Amino acid sequence: MSIENSIKEIEMMEEGFLLPVYMEYKAPNVNFKEMLRYSGLPIKAAGDAARAYANGEDFPEKALVEETLKLIDKELQFKVGFIIGRLKWDEEGYPILPFKQHSESLKSNLEKCGTVILMASTIGAGIDKLIRRYERTNPALGMFMQGLGAERVESLTDTFNKEVHEAAAKMGYKDHARFSPGFGDVPISVQKEFLDSLDAGRRMGILLNESYLMSPSKSVTAIIGLERI
Amino acid sequence: MKILDYMKDNFLFLDGGMGTLLQEAGLKPGEYPERWNIERPEEIIRIQKSYYDAGSNVVLSNTFGANILKFEEEELREIIFAAIKNAREAAKRSTGTQEKFVAMDIGPLGKLLKPYGDYEFDDAVKAYALSAKIGTEAGADLIFIETMNDSYDTKAALLAAKENSDLPVFVSNAYGSDGKLMTGADPKAMVAMLEGMHADAIGANCSLGPDQLVGVMEDYLKYASVPVLLKPNAGLPRSENGKTVYDVFPEEFSQSVAKLLEKGVRITGGCCGTTPDFIKAVVEKAKDITPVPVTDKNLSLVSSYTHAVEFGPSPILIGERINPTGKKRFQQALREHDIDYILGEGLKQQDAGVQLLDVNVGLPDIDEVEMLRTSVLELQAVTDLPLQIDTTDVVAMEEALRCYNGKAMVNSVNGKEEVMEAVFPLVAKYGGFVVALTLDEGGIPTNSADRVAIAKKIIKKAAEYGIAKKDLIFDPLAMTISADTNAGIATMEAVKGITNELHAHTSLGISNVSFGLPERNIVTSTFFALCLQEGLSAAIMNPYAREMMNVYFAFRALHGLDDNCVDYINYASNLPKVETVATAGAGANAGAGAGGTGAGATGAADISELQNAIVRGLKDKAGLITKEQLGSKDALDIVKDEVIPALNIVGEGFEKKTVYLPQLLMAAEAAKASFEEIKKAMAGSEDAGPSRCAFVIATVHGDIHDIGKNIVKLILENYGYAVTDLGKDVPPEVIVDKVIEIHAPVVGLSALMTTTVPAMEETIKLLREKAPWAKVCVGGAVLNEEYAAKIGADMYCKDAMETVRYVEQLEREM
Repeated sequence: MSIENSIKEIEMMEEGFLLPVYMEYKAPNVNFKEMLRYSGLPIKAAGDAARAYANGEDFPEKALVEETLKLIDKELQFKVGFIIGRLKWDEEGYPILPFKQHSESLKSNLEKCGTVILMASTIGAGIDKLIRRYERTNPALGMFMQGLGAERVESLTDTFNKEVHEAAAKMGYKDHARFSPGFGDVPISVQKEFLDSLDAGRRMGILLNESYLMSPSKSVTAIIGLERI
Repeated sequence: MKILDYMKDNFLFLDGGMGTLLQEAGLKPGEYPERWNIERPEEIIRIQKSYYDAGSNVVLSNTFGANILKFEEEELREIIFAAIKNAREAAKRSTGTQEKFVAMDIGPLGKLLKPYGDYEFDDAVKAYALSAKIGTEAGADLIFIETMNDSYDTKAALLAAKENSDLPVFVSNAYGSDGKLMTGADPKAMVAMLEGMHADAIGANCSLGPDQLVGVMEDYLKYASVPVLLKPNAGLPRSENGKTVYDVFPEEFSQSVAKLLEKGVRITGGCCGTTPDFIKAVVEKAKDITPVPVTDKNLSLVSSYTHAVEFGPSPILIGERINPTGKKRFQQALREHDIDYILGEGLKQQDAGVQLLDVNVGLPDIDEVEMLRTSVLELQAVTDLPLQIDTTDVVAMEEALRCYNGKAMVNSVNGKEEVMEAVFPLVAKYGGFVVALTLDEGGIPTNSADRVAIAKKIIKKAAEYGIAKKDLIFDPLAMTISADTNAGIATMEAVKGITNELHAHTSLGISNVSFGLPERNIVTSTFFALCLQEGLSAAIMNPYAREMMNVYFAFRALHGLDDNCVDYINYASNLPKVETVATAGAGANAGAGAGGTGAGATGAADISELQNAIVRGLKDKAGLITKEQLGSKDALDIVKDEVIPALNIVGEGFEKKTVYLPQLLMAAEAAKASFEEIKKAMAGSEDAGPSRCAFVIATVHGDIHDIGKNIVKLILENYGYAVTDLGKDVPPEVIVDKVIEIHAPVVGLSALMTTTVPAMEETIKLLREKAPWAKVCVGGAVLNEEYAAKIGADMYCKDAMETVRYVEQLEREM
């Protein structure tokens, strides 16, 4: 709903960005295949194990999966923040965004888009505490926590992305594939300006270290272009 | 009038939001508002004057982000001096007749401290110190630390203010909708830490509106003995036609705030979205409200970075196992700087049910200052239990208290003048709940009356340092009854005396009582029950002893401290059906161990029971079988004939891709459990255990990823290599120095990011120069064979098994 409203609002503006909107989600369903894949299983093995789990059958990592789910229950938050703005282009044909870049990848990703969304999602710092703990005392379990954390934030991001897709379609837009800093020729150093534009430090607790890595570690930033159809 | 005097009888009104007003005045996104102190002073004075006109007693200087990370020192000075001057000018120009004060505003640095981020606590203290110092020189009336969303960062700022200024300090945290700080602290934990460090007022600001902060405020008012402050947002922001609008307006805002003033909040104002109209409305409403007096809640609290533990009436269990006294295996771990072993002991005790961990790492031949500091830092990164800093070395005590994230328990002080004069200033500065032993220059009195007298003397001396009785807990010393059969009675009477006459808390190192006797747990647990009956508040004890836990749960149920006996029933229903020797730390990590790998790994048909346990990743079983076998078999033979072959089965499976990483790790853990038993059996003997060539491993400077490195370390250790793990983000010199020190023949470096590969290259260069004998293997997501060769490494190892194979090959060549 708030995404649709934001699109309506931005349509009334010639240029600039709206202020950030923050949302909390319920836990998305767990994608076990993805979780197992992020936990170090090859794709096929992950698929087999996920199927076994769904059918209530036994498989070697089952105890680990269950223990992981039990331990992280109540430790997670599901937060998404985004800003939406009108996309302008500079004289050389690069998109003008809240973070400075001269990126060919973004130029082509955002081609024909008149509107963009910058989003950040996080599942909070609780899981990092658990990962730190179990990495030291039970590495296999630590690995699975990493895996589940990665799956959780991906699923959260997908949930948001799906809402964008639906709102965009309804309003007569096509959403382009989401694009994260660090992809293609966009350096991760843009994260600073990216997160600042969302006031993500203060409002979502997402901060950067000197190497531009986010904390909480299970956080995602991405840009989604909207093309009028 | 001084602000603290004024506050005694009056509400203190703060200002409202600054950011939105500055934006309205033309501040561009990305422009630093702090520079306006110099470039646009009239705008700043105008806004600040409007707050004084509305009735604010305190206006915060426009210095939220004025710190050395954002500005060069010279500009920082100019900014802060101008900011204080502007606020003063605003006060002067204002028509308001109320008392007016100027606060030096300090906001967070925007850096995440270790272990969440990569910023050092000490560096944060340094950064805050400079702003606090300049603000004080510039003539502020108080320091206002605000919008802090991490307890460690808050401690850094408060410590810096206290060390660099005599001004009153107010501390305000930003809570999330779950009523906690971003890194997990609840209000009670913050109250414990901030009062311990003598903040003059504490509370909450920003993030939420007054209605959403009611729960947080109620907690503050319940636990705090200093004035409580509230500076909320104008509700929650949303965007409307490209402008931020907040959903609460002055009238509603002031009604909500007034309700909290009636409950006891003494200092209030507004944060984001509030304007002079909000403050005016609040001041108006407050005219009809009488300030609630601030009272001493007389609580005895310790805290971690997430929660506080309150002493009394329910007894508190303090785990005693992190202590080398009489434990050969622990001593060996300390000498080898085996932090993981210490962490393991801490976490096992947490699983066994203790509320605090005693941390004693003193041994004559180790650097206790460094070891204690490291242990505290590492423990607080993995456990949220508060810690008891246990040392007689005052330097080690200070270092540990300084870096501790919360209010620690301190073990210990005693009645000796010299000791009190050394320990109490540290407690006064860093906060702490102190164990005071009832002994003095005359030794330990044999009768209880003299122990009570020493306790009295200690209370008096502590008061001179501003340490109240509620922050003392007396240990009347449990002496062994095998040496003096009256020792038990004397201690029990002293517990009773201190409880009834002095109304103070007591704690005992309870296990001492049974020293030298057989079946010690019987005596210790009975003594524990008797002392609890006399009023004992806490015990430093062994949580693996079933008898002790029995007493604890039964006592609480019998004394009405366990509603509906829920805890007792829960405890009793989880007891194992058959009596076994309870040493394994009930249930620790049992879930993961129960899995078993099986598939793919068990290509070899007939393998022994121990091999099978390791291959299938059954760690409890592997430990148990090893223990049994140690009776009849040589330790090194077990390693050679059982553990290594089992690891090879799994390792080969991994190489053939029939076994995956999680199974490899589970098998490695099972092998580790087996090694633990072997090490225990061999600890203290001449033979230091199975050990192959030395290997130094580290994640390079600038990189904080250590999962891969930790896996390689674990597997190498399994194969018997003596691995020295230097951790993550390790500067080249540190790595090189270690390699030289132990003359390590091989070094493993890990890097995950392209940006840190240059640090890897630099490390290799320095190694070639200073330690040319050392072979260097590298690994990590961004590397490959070609890249490894380019930066001068000897070998690229794709994973842990390749590293093992490489070191084996080097060994053969040596």
